[in-house]
Amino acid sequence: MANDLFNSFMNGPDEKGRFGKFGGRFVSETLMPLILELEKQYEKAKTDQSFWSEMDDLWTNYVGRPSPLYFAERLTNHLGGAKIYFKRDELNHTGAHKINNVLGQIILAKRMGKTRIIAETGAGQHGVATATVCAKFGLKCVVYMGSHDVERQAPNVFRMKLLGAEVVPVTSGRGTLKDAMNDALRDWVTNVRDTFYCIGTVAGPHPYPAMVRDFQSIIGKETKQQMHNVEGRLPDTLVAAIGGGSNAMGLFYPFLDDNSVEIIGVEAGGKGVNDKMEHCASLTGGRPGVLHGNRTYLLQNDDGQIMEGFSISAGLDYPGIGPEHAWLHEIGRAKYVSITDKEALEAFQLSCTTEGIIPALEPSHALAHVMKIAPDLPSNHIICMNMCGRGDKDIFTVARHLGFDMSGPEGRNME
Amino acid sequence: MTRIEQTFKKLKADNKKAFVSYIMAGDPDFKTSLELVMGLPDAGVDIIELGLPFTDPMADGPTIQLAGGRSLDNGMTLLKTLELAKKFREKNDSTPIVLMGYYNPIYSHGVEKFLIDAKAAGVDGLIVVDLPPEEDDELCIPAQAAGINFIRLATPTTDEHRLPKVLQNTSGFVYYVSITGITGAAEAEARDVGPEVARIQENSGLPVVVGFGINTPQKAKAIAEVADGAVVGSAIVSELAKGKKVSEVLGFVKSLADGAHSA
Repeated sequence: MANDLFNSFMNGPDEKGRFGKFGGRFVSETLMPLILELEKQYEKAKTDQSFWSEMDDLWTNYVGRPSPLYFAERLTNHLGGAKIYFKRDELNHTGAHKINNVLGQIILAKRMGKTRIIAETGAGQHGVATATVCAKFGLKCVVYMGSHDVERQAPNVFRMKLLGAEVVPVTSGRGTLKDAMNDALRDWVTNVRDTFYCIGTVAGPHPYPAMVRDFQSIIGKETKQQMHNVEGRLPDTLVAAIGGGSNAMGLFYPFLDDNSVEIIGVEAGGKGVNDKMEHCASLTGGRPGVLHGNRTYLLQNDDGQIMEGFSISAGLDYPGIGPEHAWLHEIGRAKYVSITDKEALEAFQLSCTTEGIIPALEPSHALAHVMKIAPDLPSNHIICMNMCGRGDKDIFTVARHLGFDMSGPEGRNME
Repeated sequence: MTRIEQTFKKLKADNKKAFVSYIMAGDPDFKTSLELVMGLPDAGVDIIELGLPFTDPMADGPTIQLAGGRSLDNGMTLLKTLELAKKFREKNDSTPIVLMGYYNPIYSHGVEKFLIDAKAAGVDGLIVVDLPPEEDDELCIPAQAAGINFIRLATPTTDEHRLPKVLQNTSGFVYYVSITGITGAAEAEARDVGPEVARIQENSGLPVVVGFGINTPQKAKAIAEVADGAVVGSAIVSELAKGKKVSEVLGFVKSLADGAHSA
């Protein structure tokens, strides 16, 4: 038994916050005491039944969990191969998986006596989830969002404002998710006493990657149980999209020790993984480095300067990836592939017309990979894909790419 | 004895406080930056902090972020930063150079190779903002072994309990960050800083210089009075950003140095 435990893929991170050589705590001294305190409080909460009771209650009655496991029958027939299931995390309150994690962190922040919550956001889904939960608990909320993203995700900016959050457009760098994270860290370093930094993905300094994974792993736990109920067995393949990698880590984690389950993460290939870096595929096109508190695969030049990624999807537009994914990649437990903007747009449309589900551009990447592999697999091969977000926020972007004019008076009003 | 240790020894003998200046290597370009560095010792600078540009300077305010951006846009790299240090060292063998920046460019270059190259360029110390004591194995320990001082930041959040850990592997001097925040933001207050500096001096036996939020000769004097030295960065960098000539910037540096030295 001891040997089994030793061989488990689920033991990470170690006491230094490392998954193999990845992860760690690469932050300035000002923040170091804060993340040590956070780690202590999280460890305490993790084994506290009252913490999880509060989570469970809100997951059920506020978020709407468990999210369904849905057999995508027409898509399965259309592709003519493997049997395809969607884990419907786009049906959660606020329309994405992000709220799973936000609830956990905000409840923790409350326990720590913090009164001000800051967050970074790319597509705006994490920002909306954070603004939502802050409104529910009456906490002050400040969301940092790259100015470029503020532009392309206008509906989410307005949602956050309706929810009472302050949205700060970030102009440093190229004004995307990476720069929003820098400015959130700058805020945190300035407001150390009352502020809690609610990170939206499985990245950042320890304990964030492990903590966010733990909160998101409700996705995988439910999937395992639901799959058992409907199919009486484990799925054969799991597929999820990866920006920072939180929805993927949430789905994958409970299956890491089930060796028969193939695990595939899908990165944003943008215009194609090439040397022009017009993509966000950190594992496929990057190499190890240190950014935002952890060592992981990064898009960077020869001098170790961080490159701006490129993707149609603001939620995947991040030059790094969670350190646990970097580790799973290196040890070969999970496989990582990339999907281009064009392929994701095709998948987006296919989901709409075959299943009546308008997916977010993020899971459209996962779906595009499913479209690639499913036709060649036998009909008893079960693929489970995480439909981690709904596409309402993306219809303007998609319309633009499909040449559909939405600049009429109604469209303008939306912005 | 390293150049840093020699410098503090000499200052102590002269009963003087240290003036430490920060500029971004390659800002706005290599040539201007080299000219500026060359002029710093005569302007009264005791220790030169040379910023190693990085795309994502998470502890820095807009002034230094923009300086790094200008520098990178004009083709600055880690190797060129070391070349700049080397050119300075060829003309000056006494003023210490401390490289200040973030870990990724160093990690990307390879720690072992970096230390050899930095030593060869005449670099005396390193301040790497995102390497707390918890990550000492990465660069701190190897740097000390290579004869390069690793200068640690202590901050207002570094409490009694944590201070020994922060001081454990530090050498050369300790850099006390006067505020919780980013460079060039809030203003440091000597009355808040004094007791903290005394506490660190007592625990470390090392000189303690204070930086962040010092922007005038008066402030430099006030801070130097309660510490072993004062660091000014953003205020100098923003003079350069205003388009001032190197000689004018050096004039401003001299006023700051005079301020600190009058303490």
